[in-house]
Amino acid sequence: MSNIKLVEKNLKKRYARERRFQLYGKMAVLTGFIFLALLLIDIISKAMPAFQATEILLDIPLDHATLELEPAQKLDQDTLSALNYAGLIKTALRQAFPEVTNRSDKKLLYKLVSDGAEFTLRDHIISNPELIGKDSISLWIKADDDIDTLFKLETLTSRVKPEQVAFVEQLKQENRIATHFNTTFFSNSDSREPEQAGIKGALLGSFWTLLVTLLLSLPIGIGAAVYLEEFAPQNKLTDFVEININNLAAVPSIVFGLLGLAVFINFFGMPRSAPLVGGLVLSLMTLPTIIISSRAAIKAVPPSIKEAALGLGASHVQTVFHHVIPLAMPGILTGAIIGMAQALGETAPLLMIGMVAFIVDVPGGILDSATVLPVQIYLWADSPERAFTALTAATILVLLVFLATMNTLAILLRKHFEKRW
Amino acid sequence: MSIQQTATAPAIAQTQTNQKIMTSTSDTYKTVGRNIIPNPKFSTRNVNVFYGDKQAIFDTSLDIGNNEVVALIGPSGCGKSTFLRSLNRMNDTIPICRVTGEFTLDGEDIYAKTMDPVLLRARVGMVFQKANPFPKSIYDNVAYGPRIHGLASNNAELDEIVITSLEKAGLFKEVKDRLNAPGTGLSGGQQQRLCIARTIAVSPEVILMDEPASALDPIATAIIEELIDELRENFTIVIVTHSMQQAARVSQRTAYFHLGKLIEVGKTSQIFTNPRCELTENYITGKFG
Repeated sequence: MSNIKLVEKNLKKRYARERRFQLYGKMAVLTGFIFLALLLIDIISKAMPAFQATEILLDIPLDHATLELEPAQKLDQDTLSALNYAGLIKTALRQAFPEVTNRSDKKLLYKLVSDGAEFTLRDHIISNPELIGKDSISLWIKADDDIDTLFKLETLTSRVKPEQVAFVEQLKQENRIATHFNTTFFSNSDSREPEQAGIKGALLGSFWTLLVTLLLSLPIGIGAAVYLEEFAPQNKLTDFVEININNLAAVPSIVFGLLGLAVFINFFGMPRSAPLVGGLVLSLMTLPTIIISSRAAIKAVPPSIKEAALGLGASHVQTVFHHVIPLAMPGILTGAIIGMAQALGETAPLLMIGMVAFIVDVPGGILDSATVLPVQIYLWADSPERAFTALTAATILVLLVFLATMNTLAILLRKHFEKRW
Repeated sequence: MSIQQTATAPAIAQTQTNQKIMTSTSDTYKTVGRNIIPNPKFSTRNVNVFYGDKQAIFDTSLDIGNNEVVALIGPSGCGKSTFLRSLNRMNDTIPICRVTGEFTLDGEDIYAKTMDPVLLRARVGMVFQKANPFPKSIYDNVAYGPRIHGLASNNAELDEIVITSLEKAGLFKEVKDRLNAPGTGLSGGQQQRLCIARTIAVSPEVILMDEPASALDPIATAIIEELIDELRENFTIVIVTHSMQQAARVSQRTAYFHLGKLIEVGKTSQIFTNPRCELTENYITGKFG
């Protein structure tokens, strides 16, 4: 058989092998895609209810007799705050269901609305004091989370009594119950009551924590990478430092949390649960990522550019700052943003330093007690109330949106800074 | 199907009347020709260069005169680029590289502790094998050197330096309408002339060129060669080249390196017509290299 026949015979096999390999690749991509789609569909479908809140329209009496106020009385802030708003809501509920008289049924009736309803009403009255004296005003009042679940998902839980189902049916017929966009989810912090729980605290906690992380890890990381790559003498000590940086990248994150607890909180006495400590711990965790990717980016700068600058009489430092760092910037920024995205999604080390505490206040700075988005997810996923399932999924969705935004930013920045040479 | 093997061409017999000098292969040797001249611009004595344990240059002495073009030729790996790079201390950037010997520029020791390599490189510019413009505009490429050395006190002076340098490099006419376009967008030959303009913008005394035309087509090469000839009026030039025709066209003196040794130095016309060493003759007649 001549050579060309042999080649021809093998050619078919070679092509078949190539096609098979491409098929494997396509299948792998498809599988990945299917799992991603399943994940997203699951999260989005679970999260959707959390963006809607069930509210009940109540006619609240505000005449002076009900409020036990003299018509001539001056309405200052203290008087307004001290009014019996809980009582007003109960009165409104009794008026809406005049047939309910028995004590235990009344109790069930009062449970239709959220515990936070009185505060909604108080805030409304304080910002509109001219309403005092009117016979009644109509106000949408947030429903209790069990009623919310019943109305939105039409699922009966053991926590809802048959009497309450009947109340909801009646409200439906009177068009006094509806779902509205859940602003509470974005304007409130954590709460034991799902209908009053929101992510504002966790969102700001994440912001302060990441701010500390960014301000610490970016300059330190780039500085270390530039020094190690460009100026460090080639000796045993440098090798030792390099090996340890690579090792640090592989250390489980919870270990950094333990370190933070021992060093920053116990030894330096920094406040517990504070974004400052969280940021410090996450900086430690992010530094190796930033250093390694920055070094790779600096190494990738063509030596010809460095030689050109040195040949013109630029000093080593000038060469690095005028040419090497600008050319390495896309890689450095990509590494930094990926490190930040990692930090944004990190939970374990923050549990160790107390950011897992139940915190209702919105943190105003890096020293206030705070929690972060992934820890909030962890907390809510652990809660027994049914409505927290939706809140958990919604928070995951918000976190995913932030991660996607950061990664998009990384790509855009790389495109923007990338220059051909 | 088998390929018909052609008979190897018979070696062309050389008929030489005069006896050629055989250079000994031992570490001690003597350079043939006038490697030492009176009143040199650059003077090197007993230069040895090591990369780690490997010695790249052996006991080489070579003088370079004012306003002359000296071509360094030789087979790949013979050390000519290494020798060139030791003239402006570019080898300092390679950690394992060690240079010994005496280097003087206008009688000043360039490897002295008091000599600042930054200052030296402002006096001894360099053009590289592959055109390496910065990923910046044409203007900024040329202006970079004057800027870092503070050669211009205002923008008008800087403009003046940039334009004169581009003119001297024969590039100004081609790029005068797009000085803000990226330097990397020019053609290969234009990029190399941009690099030459960038080098002369610092007004060096000596320009080192490391195979400046090896990546260019014959037309671009011809332009560069003409340019080198013009630059000789103002600068001293040391050029490494693989092309013997180029060495013959642009240089006044030629130095032949072989395995890290400077074998023969002489007037270019003499080296290419009547080399005194057998190694030199073998190289220029194409018997090896």
